[in-house]
Amino acid sequence: METDVELLTRLRDGDEHAFVELIERYQPSMVRLARSMVPSDAVAEEVVQDTWMGVVRGLERFEGRSSFKTWLFRILANRARSAGWHERRQTRGRRAPAADPSQFAAGGQWAEPVERWVEESDNRMAAAEWAPVLRSALEELPRRQRQVVLLRDLEGLSGSEVCAVLDISAGNQRILLHRGRTHLRQRVDAALGRR
Amino acid sequence: MFTVGRRDLACQQAVELVTEYLEGTLSRRDRRRFEAHLAACPNCTAYLEQIRTTIRLAGSIEPEDLSPEARDELTELYRRWRVE
Repeated sequence: METDVELLTRLRDGDEHAFVELIERYQPSMVRLARSMVPSDAVAEEVVQDTWMGVVRGLERFEGRSSFKTWLFRILANRARSAGWHERRQTRGRRAPAADPSQFAAGGQWAEPVERWVEESDNRMAAAEWAPVLRSALEELPRRQRQVVLLRDLEGLSGSEVCAVLDISAGNQRILLHRGRTHLRQRVDAALGRR
Repeated sequence: MFTVGRRDLACQQAVELVTEYLEGTLSRRDRRRFEAHLAACPNCTAYLEQIRTTIRLAGSIEPEDLSPEARDELTELYRRWRVE
């Protein structure tokens, strides 16, 4: 498989197949990210198209210091912002615990034992089985948390890459990630309890 | 994100340190206290494992496939951008 950089070199020469290869590679992730940033699927689609136009016209500005994916996501996030979608900065409740306080007794210890999820080597929880639970748990998250979890845990970006894409501080990134992951775990645990 | 008191961690405090622990951003002192708590607390040990599993499960959520229509539309747009 060709690397992104190889495809970008061909794209600079106006190779349409390179463009198609890049959209096959990144369009699905871009649509998913855009949907977490703007209020409607229609706007998300415009933002993604706009991003590709930015890529085609601004190719020479890609210096290869970040991965292409991070560069792409950063353009997308900028386009989403300039599409008039401004996030309200999350200020309320940032210091509040992320984990549901009702799980703990008065002294702060667990009220009920935490049960191990079945994770023995030959009985790992099948990812496909849990995708619907995790998808809906993601939908429930406030947008900023969803964006951070999406970029970190679904797309595999590093913390500093996420900060660059979303234009947030390292501390804020960790808080949002923490709250998001805590909620996802809670949802999986609740779903396990219902079985 | 959570100020840790001087005394032993309670479980409720420990779970709020999990992300910083995994990120490697706890101070050395807090990291030691967190690990000491884990060593003595099977519940929080199980919790940390659940968080790790959650991350693994989240990592396998794939985005929706690109539709042929969307691909064709973008390719069409590309041709226009090139000549503009």
